[in-house]
Amino acid sequence: MHPILSVRDLKVHFPVHGGLFMQQKGAVRAVDGVSLDIARGETVGLVGESGCGKSTLGKAIVRLVNPTAGSVTFDNFDITHRAQRTLKPVRRELQMIFQDPVESLNARLSVREIVEEPLVIHGIGNSASRRKKVDELLSKVGLPKGAAEKYSFEFSGGQRQRIGIARAIALEPKMIVCDEPVSALDVSVQSQVLNLLLELQQEMGLSYLFIAHDLAVVKHISDRVAVMYLGKIVELADADKIYRDPRHAYTKALLSAIPEPDPTIRKPRILLEGDVPSPINPPAGSAFGHRINHPRYPETVGQPLPLVEIEPGHWVAADPCCLSEADWRVASEKVAALV
Amino acid sequence: MSESADNILEVRDLITAFDTDRGLMRAVDRVSFSVPRGKTLGIVGESGCGKSVTAMSIVQLLPQPMGKVLQGSVMFKGRDLLKATPKELRKVRGGEIGVIFQEPMTALNPVQRIGKQLSECFILHKKMSKKQAWEASIEMLKLVRIPAPEQRIGDYPHQLSGGMRQRVVIAIALACRPDLVIADEPTTALDVTVQAQILELMKQLQAEMGMSLILITHDLGVIAETCDEVVVMYGGRVVEKAPVADLFARPLHAYTRGLLASMPKMETPRKTVLPTIPGMVAGLADLVPGCRFCQRMGREGATLRERPPFEEITPGHWAETCPNCFADPD
Repeated sequence: MHPILSVRDLKVHFPVHGGLFMQQKGAVRAVDGVSLDIARGETVGLVGESGCGKSTLGKAIVRLVNPTAGSVTFDNFDITHRAQRTLKPVRRELQMIFQDPVESLNARLSVREIVEEPLVIHGIGNSASRRKKVDELLSKVGLPKGAAEKYSFEFSGGQRQRIGIARAIALEPKMIVCDEPVSALDVSVQSQVLNLLLELQQEMGLSYLFIAHDLAVVKHISDRVAVMYLGKIVELADADKIYRDPRHAYTKALLSAIPEPDPTIRKPRILLEGDVPSPINPPAGSAFGHRINHPRYPETVGQPLPLVEIEPGHWVAADPCCLSEADWRVASEKVAALV
Repeated sequence: MSESADNILEVRDLITAFDTDRGLMRAVDRVSFSVPRGKTLGIVGESGCGKSVTAMSIVQLLPQPMGKVLQGSVMFKGRDLLKATPKELRKVRGGEIGVIFQEPMTALNPVQRIGKQLSECFILHKKMSKKQAWEASIEMLKLVRIPAPEQRIGDYPHQLSGGMRQRVVIAIALACRPDLVIADEPTTALDVTVQAQILELMKQLQAEMGMSLILITHDLGVIAETCDEVVVMYGGRVVEKAPVADLFARPLHAYTRGLLASMPKMETPRKTVLPTIPGMVAGLADLVPGCRFCQRMGREGATLRERPPFEEITPGHWAETCPNCFADPD
């Protein structure tokens, strides 16, 4: 079966203007050549530090920002080069949930109007049937009776996120891009929302792209996990596998930074110096190799460092700075085979 | 809980309320705890449990004119901060007590160079000249491991990344070598990698300078890694208090157990249903006098006319002993 979503070599560059006459001086390479498939009913988690381009990737997939190059195919339908107005049928099946449930809900509309809006836009049902549908949706996401007539600001963060979820599933989509849906919530509420997302997935056969920076949350909800660094995916594997056996140096550092909720464990920590480098003028070679000052960095300058399948289902960037000797040998053979 | 010279701070029976249209609402209800010298005390709980209000009551930075401390004492190095004059308080804040706020962008003045904001502490508290203060500021930036401090000191906050800004806020809090630092969610807005750097840095600085630390967070992972003692707050009250290892090994209160269980852990089988705490923290206006966690769970303990007794179960391990919420595994 075809994957529900297929992203190929996607690039999103934002122009940077400056100087006299505001000429274009360069570009922010927010997403810089990402390829990714998501199967029907699958959840792919996307993790990385702020500024790595994970949110931009999510937005480019639903065409909230326009890609610079590459393609996004949703359900065998290339959505990259279509005009916005022709995307309406796609929007019905490809929805998004946002991080900030305060800003993503219109404070001047009642909850009923917010959740009904997609149904109205797509001309589904009449006002009586929509009324019934909204009540069903609200009870499905666990909001109390009577919530429909209130305004979003009358609710707590967790409940607002439920409103956003009700709106996203109103059109019975096939896939939802979730951009940090639980990051703003307390742990106890976070687990309620995660349970809801899992339940809806089982019931409706949804696929998720789940963008988050909390690695424990991502592991819990995902089938596969992609790790992003400075606009590129550097590792992609089965969720259990990537946490048990990370191969890329960046993934290792990221995993070691998670605080362990057990005071008896003192795990060795890989402390990274500094921050993610600027995507305006990214290093010419391995971006992570540059950050850790790796002696083999010069070798990587100008190299494409493609993702290769180092073990069945386990993909990693072929980067001598970030792999063990043995892995690099395997990876470089794979790269040679690509050419 | 005996008075002890080993404690840098002792908070007793603190009640803080907000004056609203609907009358005085208690956000902090008889909170007591102490911070031993050189140690780290964690305060954990969900949003709206009174963690930040407790911290802000200590240094009296409550929102004015609504916030009021109604009762209690805050003994800092033997004197009661609640009885101090505004002038004395200004000397304590930023001098003997440093405060680190959650959002480094709002804690810094966006139109002043970071050097100016840092030197202010030295000029005000250490009576240094501008030039001396500027040099001392460079030293502080070095201490919090900001690369190229001589250049960075002339930057405005917006020119720095989130992690760097938080380092500046830490530098300001530590500038006058305080005896106590209150850090309110210092790493919540940051990435895990930067969080690891900042927590490591704070631990090192604590070891070098021997200061005490109050760390407010909702992240139990951060608590486990950095704290010596933990206070768990719910509905404006302390429901459990214990040395960190004890709390994680033997949580006695249902709320603490609920918090620990609802965190997805690395070893939790994926895509399984996570335990949750149903409902949410009641609003200040609706809090009952009885057991507040029972109120959330819809249990009858909520109808009690008084708070359940807060008792020491094993040495150093205290908990509210509501018959519905308290369970001792031993």
